Amino acid sequence: MTTKLIVDCSTGVTTEVELTAEEIAERETMAAEYAVQKAAEDAAVAAKAAAKESANAKLAALGLTEEEIAALTK
Amino acid sequence: MANTYALISSVTVGSGGAATIEFSSIPATYTDLVVKLSANSTTQTPRVRFNNSSSSIYSERLLYGQGSSAASASNTNTAYFDWVALCINNGANIFSNSEFYIPNYAGSNNKSVSSDSVTEINSSTGNNLYLDAGLWASSAAITSIQMFFGSGNFLEYSTAYLYGISNA
Repeated sequence: MTTKLIVDCSTGVTTEVELTAEEIAERETMAAEYAVQKAAEDAAVAAKAAAKESANAKLAALGLTEEEIAALTK
Repeated sequence: MANTYALISSVTVGSGGAATIEFSSIPATYTDLVVKLSANSTTQTPRVRFNNSSSSIYSERLLYGQGSSAASASNTNTAYFDWVALCINNGANIFSNSEFYIPNYAGSNNKSVSSDSVTEINSSTGNNLYLDAGLWASSAAITSIQMFFGSGNFLEYSTAYLYGISNA
């Protein structure tokens, strides 16, 4: 059960009610959008990490030391 | 300058969690409003609406720092504020604190809002900061505030406090 806490500021009373069908539908839409956004963000992070690893490997293959690579990339 | 700071209402989330926290029937008797939110969640960042309006009239400019990086962002004409962007996967018993200030909330002009949020996490890479300037493009007086998740819930012991500020 997905609920909403409503605090009535005129009485100070808090009630817990279930979300309406409309609210649940909106949540489902937002959740789907979030899943797509999160997947894109995760993919971007992974791609950046892979590119960094690849670049470091190529620099090492050219004969640069770890210290020299760090000086270039950090 | 504010010379009163009155607690209007507060709420603590129970063991079942809650998808939304709402302050309703907010009296128009104050000059400004302040919301202090301490929240934890395992999923998404909480969002904010006024008067339960899902119209695309929310705009924001934000500065944020996550771990060692800092950046800025801009959202225009969205259906909610997405500024309380901190309480994601912090872990058990690790809460994020946010405050948002709403001046002239009962006036007839569009509403400007400011917020700041910090993650209370003891990690050199997980500490986050958000500073946000928001605009709610509505002339209506704010009578209710909704803080909600598109996915996930406020976890137990999350709290929200609503204060009224008066300048006279």
